[in-house]
This record gives sequence, structure tokens and C-alpha cells, in this order.
Amino acid sequence: MTHLGCSLLSCGVVDDRHFEMEDYQGAIARWCPGCGDHSILTAMQRLLEEEQLKPEQTVFVSGIGCSSRFPHYMKTYGFHGLHGRAIPAATGIKLERPDLDVFVTMGDGDCCSIGAGHWIHAIRYNVDMVVLLLDNNMYGLTKGQTSPTTPATFPSNTQPYGSYLEALNPLTATLGVTNASFVAQTAEWIPAHLFETLKAAYHHKGFAFVRILQRCPVYTEKIYEDAVRQPDAIEMLIHDDGIHIPDLDEIYKNQIIHDPGNLDEARRLAEPFDRFRLGIFYRNEKRPRYEDLRRLPVRTAEEKVELLNQEFDRYAV
Amino acid sequence: MATKTRASSEKKKGPGKGSKKKGPEIIRVPETTVEIVSDSGEGAQKCGQIFGAVCAKMGNGAWTVEIIPAEIQPPARSKAGGSGNRVRFGTEEITNWGDATNLVVAFNEQVLLGRIELGALAEDAIVLLDNKWATHADEDIQKEWQGGLKELAKHDYRIVEVPMEEECLKIVEDPRRGKNMFALGLLAWICDRDVDLIRAQIAHQFRRKGEEIYQRNVELMEAGYGWAEKNLDFRIEVPTIPSDVPKVVMNGNEAIGMGAIAAGMELCSMYPITPATSASHYLSEVYDKFGGVVHQAEDEIAAVGVAIGASYAGKVAYTITSGPGLSLKQEFLGLAVMLEVPLVVVDVQRGGPSTGLPTKVEQSDLLTACFGQHGDAPHVVLAPATMEECFHSMITARRIAEAFRTVVIVLTDANLATGVQPYPRPQLDARWQQAPVSLPPVDENVPPYDWDPQTGLSPQRYPGQPGGMYTATGLAHNAWSKVAYDPDSHQLGSQMRSRKIAVLQQTLKPPQVYGSDSGELLVVGWGSTKGAIEEAVDRAQAEGLSVSSCHLTFIQPLQPGLKEIFSRFDRVMTVEINYSDEPDDPYITDENRRRAQLAWVLRASTLVDVDCWSRVPGQPLRPGNILKAIRQRLEMGAKV
Repeated sequence: MTHLGCSLLSCGVVDDRHFEMEDYQGAIARWCPGCGDHSILTAMQRLLEEEQLKPEQTVFVSGIGCSSRFPHYMKTYGFHGLHGRAIPAATGIKLERPDLDVFVTMGDGDCCSIGAGHWIHAIRYNVDMVVLLLDNNMYGLTKGQTSPTTPATFPSNTQPYGSYLEALNPLTATLGVTNASFVAQTAEWIPAHLFETLKAAYHHKGFAFVRILQRCPVYTEKIYEDAVRQPDAIEMLIHDDGIHIPDLDEIYKNQIIHDPGNLDEARRLAEPFDRFRLGIFYRNEKRPRYEDLRRLPVRTAEEKVELLNQEFDRYAV
Repeated sequence: MATKTRASSEKKKGPGKGSKKKGPEIIRVPETTVEIVSDSGEGAQKCGQIFGAVCAKMGNGAWTVEIIPAEIQPPARSKAGGSGNRVRFGTEEITNWGDATNLVVAFNEQVLLGRIELGALAEDAIVLLDNKWATHADEDIQKEWQGGLKELAKHDYRIVEVPMEEECLKIVEDPRRGKNMFALGLLAWICDRDVDLIRAQIAHQFRRKGEEIYQRNVELMEAGYGWAEKNLDFRIEVPTIPSDVPKVVMNGNEAIGMGAIAAGMELCSMYPITPATSASHYLSEVYDKFGGVVHQAEDEIAAVGVAIGASYAGKVAYTITSGPGLSLKQEFLGLAVMLEVPLVVVDVQRGGPSTGLPTKVEQSDLLTACFGQHGDAPHVVLAPATMEECFHSMITARRIAEAFRTVVIVLTDANLATGVQPYPRPQLDARWQQAPVSLPPVDENVPPYDWDPQTGLSPQRYPGQPGGMYTATGLAHNAWSKVAYDPDSHQLGSQMRSRKIAVLQQTLKPPQVYGSDSGELLVVGWGSTKGAIEEAVDRAQAEGLSVSSCHLTFIQPLQPGLKEIFSRFDRVMTVEINYSDEPDDPYITDENRRRAQLAWVLRASTLVDVDCWSRVPGQPLRPGNILKAIRQRLEMGAKV
């Protein structure tokens, strides 16, 4: 595989560029007014600025859906691919170019329905990337169809008398897969928490899965309405190794101390509950990463020709 | 030419063996076909592979075909469960599996009867048959054996009963593990094979099993050799002409794997599927030391997605699959075309549709390879015809994929994948390797799709290039890769992606005509049928028939000059391993006749009334059957 640590061009050359938020702003976002995706985009641009990520070394990968327009609105490299298939493309990018920072944005249909197979296996691969599930509980771009995370009895255009099934829980699903290494939940209407969660995900070495509760003003306005208006509907997971924003203590009084190193407790806390729990459920940097397991020597063309000639010797007549 | 084992036969002393009995009958032939068939799991395939490799190493031309049941362990002693290997070898080059088998070693009479029902055996074939069943404890089996012998007696075979089990029991406790090596010894004596080479090949075949296994296998082989020498009264002599051209011998999947390495590709992203998987097995064994990765993805779609992601970010990656996998990958192939991300896809074709004939050959993915994506997705389809071409096609495929920023599908099939053939050892060139990705800064005023309006070509841009940030998108887009729904942008994008393929076509050479360059009939083929078609054309010409052939390597775009070549013949027909209606089938008219797949393409692109003859037997085509079709079509007269 290609390893671009220090190329002749950049080695020893001081990169004194400083990036402002505008340097990360791509096309004007065309999401609906009031869509939660706007605030996620802003938080992400803020993160890149704070981390001073080089735009050319950063790749946003997405599938298809409202949230998958994300890469177009960033001024980085982007890969806007197929519905449900963001993760395989991102895996290929990271395998070929471990030097790049890779972010994946998916919606709930993308990640939990058509792309569910890739999601499960990507957790196991644990490739180093930030994976955001922008969960508005509904298919938005195709205009209001039930998704796997739509709450039971909530109506849509395909299930007008209410969703027949209980909603899939992306947190328990992720935490249940072997080799899960980072699982967090945040909400787009709490910008400080959103930002800190994205930051923790970025700093995690491995597959950092963040479910972002996201309002859709058109199709699922009611779902998060209470949670937005009543801070009591939220329960913060706080810990020295997790996220704790003292400024929010006044507003979000329901708090629970949770050590992100405790997987059993993380699974218990991820189970359905009458409040939305936000914070880092689980973090473990000791999990093996696929790109490290598959790291191989870099061979020159001449070395490969020599080795292939030895192969031909085995098959020589 | 068709060759019978009785082509020339004389009695003479065995070659320097000092045999006390009268020397064996020597059957001297320019070529012969040998097969070994057993229940699945008894190792006949391994025996045949070793025998074929030894023939090639001795300087014979050779072509081997695996006899494979679809199940891993089908019921024992069943006609459909036969497993083994068929080796056609000769003094000169062998280009296909031929017509019928001249010498068979069978481990039981049922698998032999299965092969006879398939028409695999020559009328005068010699059969060596394990006779343990005559005295088997199970009376039903004894009865089956007796019935089998009666059935065999209806034919003109020369049958030799061999106490294979009894002899093997002198060496091993479980003859199911080892009878194949005894059989190898029998064949080695009969065909006068170099025993040192056989020992070396056994060592190679069992390289991961340890010294003890090797020794026991050699002992069994030598026992077979000794038994044959003592008890058989005939030998088959196929002269070898040592060649001064260095050669290698391998199957098509190994050639694909080595070709990928030679092309500098370092990521094979795949999902297991028969008959493609053995290429990944080969690569998995050796790729690490080349710095290459076989990524076994969670499914066919992820496999191609990972390859496209890697190609987008750096070097051209590839995926290896078969028909059902190709169907699943189609959406991603359209994306790669739309994004202009280079990609190589190998489709080792098998019988379809659906699960079809998973282990058996067919050429029925041609149309789906060309047109399987929704929307207009112009790309390249290549079809190697030999093991040697399998190797070189990967180098060509990568270069085209990269230079034209498109998808290249390489169509091989189960016949190439599992068959073994010697070919001249390639002279490797370090320039075939991909250069490391270079990441110079990009002028911000240059769009990511900086299409040359004449050619549609534009340089690829990689993450890491400062100033070059853009979002590759599967949505309709303009040169800046901005989503564009206006009529002009989609027209322009479609035109640019299509134009590249025309540019490629202009660089191709017209195909060569095999035989006379004009005449009554031109047979057109593609892929693994080349050897069989050309052998049939040779035989037809020897009969005085006016027939030539022409084999296409590029299916999309087609090579130039086809219309002109076709105009020199009274009649043109394709010969393919996919389904077509026969002109005289019930309900079939010239209007509703569904033609073989290449014929569809040729008719559309040349406006010539191209006929076809095709079959889907789950086997390679036999030269003799192609010859019959040639005769029949010539009787029908001119049709152009």
C-alpha cells in the first residue's frame, strides 16, 4: 500500500498556513431552513479550524440522502457515492492512504437500512475514521418514508397509520459488535456538546461512531420536540475520560457518571430509556485496527520484478 | 488434428528396462488425452494437476480441464459426483481440451459411467478401473459393479482391471488418501513420464504438508509405476521436442494474479465466489511479500466499493468476481464511470442466470459486462483467450483504466480459470509497475474534470494535492464536479465520458484473420474458445472447406476494421458458449431469434447479418462439434 509519510516536496518545509472557518466552507448548504444538518456542518467546520486540519489532507465521504450532501458543503476532498455504501469507499480510501483524515456522514436509511451490512463489519474492522450517523428518524430526500429508526406508531408516507415496528437502536447495535472501539451520542441542538463529541471522535484512533440526534423540520418535527424544549428529557453521561461541559450543568441537571471504559455499563445505558442519554458510551483505543493489521512492506518496482521472477521460477517448465 | 491412440502402433522392447517378459505394445501418437476420475475427495484432481504440470515441464504442449461436481462431498459412487482432471498433451502446442479422452483411470465404475454418459470418452478409449468393488462386502455394490461391467462391454473400450485398493493397502491404511498417487504412477509408466520431475512436482504440491506426507505419496506413486511396469502390455508414446523458449505453466487464475502483481496493483478487494476465488487464494499466499493486500470484504458490493475508494485516493485497485457478483457490483461500476475513477474488474464467468452452473464454464456475461449498469456508462471490456493472455490482460487493463480514467472489465471463464497451459515466460518490465502517487499542488483555476474537448480525457486528481479540493459525486456534474441538473451539463459530461472510449478504439489494431482472408465462412469468437475454434477451422480447411476465423480481444470498444473483414466472406457466424435459438427451432423466426451475445453486438455495430452457433453444455466447446456446425452452416449457403 502507499505510505506517504514524508515526501520530498513537503519534508522539512514548514507549513505556516493558518486556516479560518471560511477556508473549510464549500458550496452554500441547500438543506431546508431549520434542518439540524446546518448546525452539524458548522460544528464540523469549527472542529477543522480548531484542529487546523489541512483541507487537502481531509476527505468527507457520504452515501445518498439529505445528510450525504455534506461533502459538497466542505472545502476539503469529498466522495459523494452510493446510497448505503459510504463506508466501503471510506475503507478503501483509508487502506490506500492512511495519511488522510477520513470523515463519513450517513443518514439513518443509509447506515441502518441499505448499508447496515457495511456498518456492522466496519465496526469489526475498526479502521481509523470518524463516522457520523445523522439520525432524523425518517427518509427525508425521498420525502417521508419510515426508516429503521422511526419510532413505533409514528406515521410516514409508506406507513401512514404509524410505523409497525419498534425502532432499531443504533447504539446497542454498534456496542454489540465485536471490536467496537468508540460509541457516542449527541444532539445537534446542543452545539457545545455536539462539538465536544465530534472532537473526541476525531481524536479517537479507530472507528469512531457518533449518533447525532437530528431534527427534520419537515417530516419528524415532533420527535425531538420535547427533548429540545425540556432539558429534563436529556440525561448527560459525564466522566473525566468522557465529555463534561460545566457550562451545561445548569441546564442539563440529569447527569450520570459513566466510565467510557466500561462496556457492560455502556450496553446497559444504551438500552431504551425515557430520556435521551448523550455522551461517550464506550471508548477503547486498544482494539486492533485493520489498517495496522494489514500494514505491509513498501516495495520498489525493481524489487517486485525480482520477487515476481522468483515466483515464475516456481512455475517454470 | 483428431488423433486416436491407435494412430500408429508397434511392438517393441520397453525403453531400457530389461523387462523379462515380451516388451509392451508401443502406441506412438502426436497427442493424447488422459483423464483421471474418482469420487470427490479421493484426490483425482491433484493427480491430474501433477500429471499435467509434468507433461508441460517435459516440453509437451498441454491443456488441462478440471472435472468438478458442484458439491464439496457429493454421494460416493454416483454418476454425477465424478471429480478429476483431464489432460490433453502433445508434441506440439495444445490450445484447447480437444474432443474425447483416450485413456482413463477410474476409481469406481459409477463415475466412469457418468463420464461415458457425458460423451467424454473416445470410442476406442483405454480404461484402467479399480476392481475392489468386485469383492466388496456390500452385495448391492457387487451387483452395481457387475451391471457396470455389462454396460462397459457394450462399448469398444479396452478395459484393464487394476487392484488399486489392494496395492495401496500394502502402503497405507486408508487408500482414499493415496490412491491418487498410485494412479499417478500408473499414468507415469504408461506415458513414460520423468519420475524425477514427478517427485519434484509432488514436493511442490504438498509443500505445506511436511516430509512424511511427501515420502508416503512418492512411495505410492512408485508402487503404481512398478505395478504398471510388471502388469501392463502397452505404453503410449508422445514425443517431446525440448523447447529453447523458457516457459511457465499455470492456470488462468494464477496468471491473472501474477498479471495483477506485474501491473503493480496492490489491492485486490474481493468476496469469495466460484470459480473466481482461486485467484485470491493464490494472491493471498504470496501478496504480502509484494506489499499487496487481498481484502476479503463483507460482500460483493463492499468489495468493489473498497477498490473504488482506494483508486480514488491513489493507485488503481481491482476486484475479482463471477457472474452473480458482477450483477451486485453494477451500481458501483456506474459510479466509477461517473466519477472517472479507474478500476479493474475480473469476471471469471460461469453458467447463469442466477446461481446457474457455479463450477462450469459459460460466456454469458458479455452483455451484462458491456451494458449492465443503469444509465449510459461507457467503459472497456476485454477478453483474454489463453493463460498467457490472462497474464498480459491485467497489465493492459490497468494501463487503460488509468490512462482513460474508466472501468475495465476483464472477462475470463471457468475454462481458463482452472485449466493449465504452458506459455512463454513473460519478460517482466519494471515500467509496468505503478509509480508512487505524486501529489503536486493544483492551480485553483483548473477544474477537477479538465476535459480535453476533443478526447474527453482529463488528469486524475488525488486527495493530498493542495488547491485541488473537490467532491467527486455520482450526481450529474459539470467540469467543477458541482451538481448540475441543467441540460447542457449532463449532455457534456455524457459526451466526454463516451468520447474517451472512441479515442481508445482508434488506438486498437484490427483483429487478424486465421486462415485465408476471404472465403465462404468466417467464424468469430472471443475468450477461451480460441483454441477449439482454430482447431476446427484447421480440420475444416483440411476437408477443403472455405472457412477462416477471427478472434476478438476487445469487446468494448470493438477493434476497428470488422465490417471490412466481414465483407470478404459470404457468411459470418459467431461461436460462443452462451444460449441462442437455432434458426429452425419451433416459433423461431429471423425477427424473434435470440442470438448469441457477441452476435448481438456485432450485428448492432456492423449492420452485417451475423449468424451464430452456440451451446451451453457447462463444458468447453469441442473442436469436433464446432466442425459439425461449420459444415452445417456452409450447406446453408451465403448470407451476407
